Formats: sequence, structure tokens, C-alpha cells
Amino acid sequence: MAKVTIGKKACAVNPLKMSQPIGGSFAFLGLRGAMPLLHGSQGCTSFGLTLFVRHFKEAVPMQTTAMSEVATVLGGYENVEQAILNIHKRQKPEIIGICSTGVTETKGDDVDGYIRLIREKHPELANYPLVYVSTPDFKDAFQDGWEKTVAKMVEVLVDKPTSTRRDPVRVNVLPGCHLTPGDIEELRTIFEDFGLEPSFLPDIGGSLDGHIPDEFTPTTIGGIGLEEIAVMGSASWTIAIGAQMKRAAEAMQAKTGVPYRLFERLCGLLPNDEFMTFLSEISGRPVPAKYRRQRGQLADAMLDAHFHIGGRKLAIGAEPDLLFDVAGMLHDMGAEISVAITTTQSPVLERMPCEEVLIGDLEDLETLARERDCGLMMTHSHGRQAAARLKIPFYRIGFPMFDRLGAGHLLTVGYRGTRDLIFALANLVIADREDNHQPTPDTWLDPWKDFQQASTDPAVVAPLH
Amino acid sequence: MSSLSATIQNVFNEPGCGKNANKSEAERKKGCTKQLQPGGAAGGCAFDGAKVALQPLTDVAHLVHGPIACEGNSWDNRGAASSGSQIWRTGFTTDINETDVVFGGEKRLYKAIKEIIEKYDPPAVFVYQTCVPAMTGDDINAVCKAASAKFGKPCIPVNSPGFVGPKNLGNKLAGEALLDHVIGTVEPEVTTPYDLNIIGEYNLSGELWQVKPLFDELGIRISACISGDGRYKDVASSHRARAAMMVCSKAMINVARKMEERYGIPFFEGSFYGIQDSSDSLREIARLLVERGAPADLLDRTEAVIAREEAKAWAAIEPFKKRLTGKKVLLITGGVKSWSVVAALQEAGMELVGTSVKKSTKEDKERIKELMGQDAHMIDDMAPREMYKMLKDAKADIMLSGGKSQFVALKAAMPWLDINQERSHAFMGYIGMVKLVAEIDKAIYNPMWEQLRKRAPWETASNNWQAKAIAQANAEAAALAADPVAAEAARRAKKICHCKSVDLGTIEDAIKTHGLTDVAGVRTHTNASGGCGACAGRVEDILAAQKAPTAPLLQAAE
Repeated sequence: MAKVTIGKKACAVNPLKMSQPIGGSFAFLGLRGAMPLLHGSQGCTSFGLTLFVRHFKEAVPMQTTAMSEVATVLGGYENVEQAILNIHKRQKPEIIGICSTGVTETKGDDVDGYIRLIREKHPELANYPLVYVSTPDFKDAFQDGWEKTVAKMVEVLVDKPTSTRRDPVRVNVLPGCHLTPGDIEELRTIFEDFGLEPSFLPDIGGSLDGHIPDEFTPTTIGGIGLEEIAVMGSASWTIAIGAQMKRAAEAMQAKTGVPYRLFERLCGLLPNDEFMTFLSEISGRPVPAKYRRQRGQLADAMLDAHFHIGGRKLAIGAEPDLLFDVAGMLHDMGAEISVAITTTQSPVLERMPCEEVLIGDLEDLETLARERDCGLMMTHSHGRQAAARLKIPFYRIGFPMFDRLGAGHLLTVGYRGTRDLIFALANLVIADREDNHQPTPDTWLDPWKDFQQASTDPAVVAPLH
Repeated sequence: MSSLSATIQNVFNEPGCGKNANKSEAERKKGCTKQLQPGGAAGGCAFDGAKVALQPLTDVAHLVHGPIACEGNSWDNRGAASSGSQIWRTGFTTDINETDVVFGGEKRLYKAIKEIIEKYDPPAVFVYQTCVPAMTGDDINAVCKAASAKFGKPCIPVNSPGFVGPKNLGNKLAGEALLDHVIGTVEPEVTTPYDLNIIGEYNLSGELWQVKPLFDELGIRISACISGDGRYKDVASSHRARAAMMVCSKAMINVARKMEERYGIPFFEGSFYGIQDSSDSLREIARLLVERGAPADLLDRTEAVIAREEAKAWAAIEPFKKRLTGKKVLLITGGVKSWSVVAALQEAGMELVGTSVKKSTKEDKERIKELMGQDAHMIDDMAPREMYKMLKDAKADIMLSGGKSQFVALKAAMPWLDINQERSHAFMGYIGMVKLVAEIDKAIYNPMWEQLRKRAPWETASNNWQAKAIAQANAEAAALAADPVAAEAARRAKKICHCKSVDLGTIEDAIKTHGLTDVAGVRTHTNASGGCGACAGRVEDILAAQKAPTAPLLQAAE
């Protein structure tokens, strides 16, 4: 049980948090033929775009309503209209996903109203898929933007089912933004191995997995198609991954009656046991031999790695769901979650296996990691300076990861993903020991400093035998 | 090879070893190590033993003369630490090929030495003989002699090809190489009355440095450590030390004893594993040095350091007591370590439910009994399934052992800690014992175990491997319980002498039939203890049991 504290600093130093509209746009990147459109000034889009491009090392479609000073004051209707018309004409996406930003929310642009007017004015857009999400920069964080956007997608894009018949093999999967394209692919394989046909909403596994596309397209190059989203109401189950997806899962249930099951964690042994058991139940199939074997491999990895991870003090900074999942797994392996920093509120935070979770920044992470003598840091790439200053091993998790390759393929889910993560972490710790902590003749010059001393007076504490 | 076999005979005749001194002439000839059993040998070879014993000499180039297997498969695999040169971690081998096998590899060896000296310029080159060149007759002594003369650099032949015996013989042959070619070849620049040799200490994980600050404080100078973090020159001039401590049980006893014989350096056998042992060793070192002329105040200064360090260690262990009291430990390891850590574990409130006596000598066993009481549960050559059953029956909360038996504990989802040479933690001296307790605490309280003990979702209580192993063991036990004849047969079938493959029944029958009263008699009639002699103790126990069936059995419990 953790106490959730909100940082009291006026000035965030070395922020951990990314903004909400970027999280919202990220969700749109998981739709096929989509164009995310940020309603704000140019910079709102370009910074987000740069983050995605540096993280995925891919071309990322993203547009802006390019609000000028005047437009901002007078209202952005014309900019939204122009942007939609231009995008519709030039890039011809199947869907435009619109997220508001700080500027336009401050002004109070009624984008839903704008869209109604635009549809009336331009009959060719009357039924054109447009999804708008209100995601002010000054509120919440990246994860919240994703959460709201996926919920909105469900509300707007999923059809009300016309019959009560459900397809027993079809399942809806609502993945949180903490999953990578690699995680999505891993989950897809797992579902398919149980004979299930999953629809991922959104499906960044199809769009941001770094494949070379067959043809040039100015919109997203993969992801879930609108026709597939529309029929999600006929699935037998919705599986939400990460607490942030509860909102979308409930929206799905409300609209279509499809029951849902939420998996807050898929990293670690027991969470995956639960997951496998559930898939076995809903599919009516036994757990495939492949996963029985993978479970054994994970258990073995835990045994091999616990010597290096057990007792290690961890400083971790991540968005709530990723934090809860990865820190939980490491706690299960005996790591001590000494410092946990996150970006936004979430019901999982108070269940974190540590004393305190601070909604704060990387300065907090660094300061507390130093104070509490942490021996491992995990956060996104911006933690690199802190880790270097503290001279402790550093593992990159979350978004953005701009200074290493393969961000899209890092796994945390499943038996196998957990296994690989554990090995990567343990190897990092081993390498750190080899590079920085070789014993020297001076290592034990003052050996007792690390130990609590009841008394050092030999007259008081005599040997007890 | 006659000189090699003479050397081997020579190391078998080890008056410094109590076990060896008690043997008959004929027995001694057979050597002090278990004969290797085809299909049943797991340990390393003599080459391995020689290499691990000498490799921690850090500034020396260790050149392995042989095919790639010997060095290629084994280099840089030890956790010894160096405070200086890293050349000892460089893998040098002649990597001999077919041509060398047919025409001899001496030229290649000579060239290899030349290249090493030209490129790396170490103070010495140690040349290790291996099986193949030993068979083809490469004379490494001659090559080393020629190379030493030509390059003006000591080239030391280490004659310990793998096939001459097991690892611990190799340890001793390594010692012989030092005695013959290194020790006493250089005069030290300075000597003090506080000069001490440490023999058989390998500085694994740098643990010598857990003790060295205490030496420094007392003014005791390590003139040479053989071989952990050792330097060639220090070892070469170590014959001027005043006293010696022999650390790792009997592995290098020949070095300690012959240095006493040749240079008058008295030695004692001690250990820095365990708090009491550390204090005893410091006291003994001070006593020997004072006896050899060091100022007598060393004794008092040593006592003061001991009192202070013990107090600090016990105080540091104290906070763990709450968490560890009543926790049960199964200790499976060789020799000296079995008993040396027992006291500290008990001090932290832990209970020892068993300890292996696999490599321990009879005195080790006696010490265990002393510390643990008569009901010490000593496990002799425990089979993995039995080890598992023992852990499983919740008799143990943690197992401490060497790397090879770890998987039994780990696969049974039981905490385990490495206390043998592959470990990455340093456990020597006062601080080391506290670290050991801290590591045990960390391992036992890792929340992972609870998760790992849960069954996989698709497993039922009866179809996992653990259940099967227990069921099998129980079925066997039940079958025996139901069938006294079979039980007796099983009891009698227990192998007592592994070398000559003699079981308990045969020995008991011989004792009864011939009215035998001593080990020699049993040997004459059954061949038991006619091999390595390690089972003589067990035979004595059987004799005692036959004589007075009510006397408590010393024998390893089942």
C-alpha cells in the first residue's frame, strides 16, 4: 500500500511527463489510414512528431491546425475546417483523429460544434470519420490522453450490434499505451495460439512495428481498420490491458454489451498465469505446450536473475500502468522499490508495492535515488543524465526512448517478454558490477559503515557464546 | 615421465596430513585421492587443479601447452581478484595441431614463450603440461630450462597433465612446481619480523581484502599470498617470511610443510570463514610471529583488534536475529567450510539441519559434531532427489552450497546461496560473515519464492515433477517398510567403499565371519578402503557398530 503524493514544487525539473494530446495522437497512430490532427499551434504537433520519430525511427503522420495568434483569439473554427478539408483532399486518410491542445482549450474552442458545422457545410464530409477528443495539455498526462482517445473511439466508431449473437472466437483487445508494438505482436500470437481472433484497438503493432511498407502512404501504414472496429460489438469478450483501459472497456460494454476483463499487469509470472487461465477458459482450449514451456523458462530466468535483482534498490519513473507492471514484477523478484515517480493519478498507484509514489519529475527521481542509495534506475531516455551523475545502471522503459534502437520491439508482456526483460536487467547489473564495482584492496577498509551498529563498545556487546 | 611419477609419489607421502600419516605404506602409495571411476567422475582433472591453484598469480603469463581444449574451454573462468596486473586473465595456449602431435610440439612451445616475453614481458612464464604433449613426450622441463637461459626470464614448468589424477592432486603438483622452481629463487629487498605467508588462499571475489586491512592495522605484512593476488617476485622471495598460515584445507599442505622443512617457517592451518575462526587465526598468526621474534606487544594489539571486530560483527548480526531465528539451513559444501560458517549461522539464530561431509576430513566431521551436537545430520553424497525431498519436507529454509548442486534447490523453488568458489560475494573475515548473514536474509525473504512455489495453472497437485519425485521416494520407502527383507537388502546394499565397490552387507558379513576388529582386517577380506582410503572412517564406524550395536552411529544418516 503506497501513499500517493503530489509534488509541491512550482518548477518541474527534467520532466518525466509527456503531454496528453501526444498520448491521444499516439492512439490514432494505431488505426489504419489515419491522420492525427492536433488542434493547436504548429509547435504542439512538431514536438510530438519529433518525439515519435525519434522513438520509433519511422515516418509518422501527424498534422496541425496551425493556430496563429489571431486565430487563437478569435477562435479556431476556420483552422479546423481548413485543416480537415486539406487533409481530406491531399492525404485522403480513412479517418482524421483530432486532439485539442492547451492553446485551444484555453480559448475554449468547441471542436464538437465545429465538426457539426463542417459536416453541414461540406456534404462530402457528412459521414467522413472524424473523432475528436478533448486533451488539454495543462491537465493530465500522456497516458490519460490515450485513455480518453480510445474510449472516444469506442463511442464513435463501434456500431451498436444488431443481433445478440456473439462470435465465440472474436475478442476485442484494448491495450494500454505502455505496450510496445512488440508487446502487441506477442499478445496477438498468444491469442491466436488459443484459436482466438483478436481485434486490437488501437493496433500500433501493425503500424509502428518498423516494417518497410509496400507503398508510400502519407497516413498510417497499418493498424486496425474502421470496418473491423465497427463490428467489435459482436465479439465474445473485451480484454483490457492496463488500468487506463477500464474506461474504454466500460464504454464498449455500455454500447455493445460485450463483457470485459481487465488485466492490470501482464509482466510477471502470476499475472500471466491468470491471463493464460482466462484465455484457456474463454477459448475452451488447454494452454498450448509452447506457453507451458515458456512458463518454465520464466521461472528459471527468475531463479537465475534473482541473485542480481534481489535486494537491489530501484528508482523507477514511469506512467502509472507501466510503473505498476514493471515495478510489481521487480518487487516480486525481491527488488526494493525505493523510489517510484509517476506522471498522473491512477487507481493502481496506491497498490504499488512501496511506501510512496510521487507524482513528480526526473529531478525528484534523481534526488531521491541519491538519498536512498539506489542501485538501478529505470525510466525513459531522459533519465540518462541522472543515471550518469549517480553512476548507477540505467534501463530505459516507456516513452520516449530516443537514444537507443529497437524501442518498438522491447517486450514486457507474456512469459517470454518478462523473461527477456529480466535477463536484460540482470545483465545490466552484472555489467555494472564488472565495470564499476570490482573489489580492490580498499573495498573493505571501513567495512562496518553499511551496517547498523547497536553499539561498538566491546564491553557492552560481548560475543554471545 | 619418471620424474613426474616420482613427484606424485612424493606428494602422496605427506607427513603434514594426519589422514595420510595414518595410512600404511601400501595404502599411501595408492595416493590420497579417490581413484577416478569411469562413468562416475565429475570433478576436474589434475591440469585444472594446477591451473586454478597458480592462476591467481596475477603478473605471470600462464601458458598452457596442449590442444585448444585445455585452455580454450577454460580460460578466464575464475573469480579471483587482482590489485594490479591483469595478465593472468589472458589466455595463452600453444593450441597444438596434428603436426605437433606427430613431430613434437617443443619448438612451438619455445616460440610461444618467446612471443609472450616479447609482447607482454611478464616477470615469469608458467608453462602447463597437458595430456597430449605428455603422451607424445614433449619435455616441458627442458624447453623451460632452455627458454629461461635464452630469454633471461624464469619459465616455470608445471607438470600436471590431466590424466595423472583429479583436481586436488593438481593443486599439490602446482605446489611442487612452486617449491622446485620459484620459492627461494629471489632474495627479498626488505624483511620485517611481521612477515607472513598465506598459503592456499585465492582471493576469490577479492575476499582477502576483507582481512588485509586488519593485518595492515597490526603491522603484519603479507610477504606472499599463494596464490591470490600474488606476484611472482613475492612468491619467489617468500622463503624469508617468519610464519605461514595455510588456508584452504589440505590443498597446498605440501607447500606449507616443505617450506617449514626447508626454510624453518612454522605454519598453522586456519580459516577466515567465520567469526571465531577469524579470531583464532589472528591469534595464531600473532603467536607464531612473536615466537619467531616479533615484539610481544603484537599479542595485545591483536587481542584488541579481535575484541573490537567481534563486537562490531556481533552487533551487525544482531538486527538479523529477529528475522532469521528458527530458519533452517542445509549446508552442502566441501571441507573446511562446512564447520567454519556454522557458528555464525547459529549466532544469527539459524538452525543447521544438515551439512555435507563430502570433502570434509574426519576432523572436520568431529568439529561439526562438536558444534551441532550428536544429532548432526550429515549428508554423505546426497542424491539430488533426496536433497530435494529434504528441502521439500520443509526441513530447510535455505540451502548453502557450491554451484553444482544449486539447481536442486532452485528448481525446488528454495532459496539458495553460493558459498563456493564461483560465488560473486566475498565472505571472509568478520565483515564477510556478516555479509553472508545479510545475503541469507535477502535470499530467504525474497518474495519470489512464494510465486515460484505456486503451481502452473494447468498443473494439478499430482502431476508436477515435484509431486512425482516425492511420490516415487515415498513409494520406495513404503515398499521397503512393507518388506523387511527388501529393507534389509537395501540397507546392506549401501555402498561403503566406492573405489572397490564394496557394500555394507559384505563388510558386515566379513566382520562377523572372520571376527575382524580393525580396518586393515576388513581391507584384507573385502578390499574395502583399499582404494583411496576415504571410507576408512565409515569402516571404523561399522566396526564400532558391530562391536556394540547400541553405541550411537557416527555414520551418515539416511
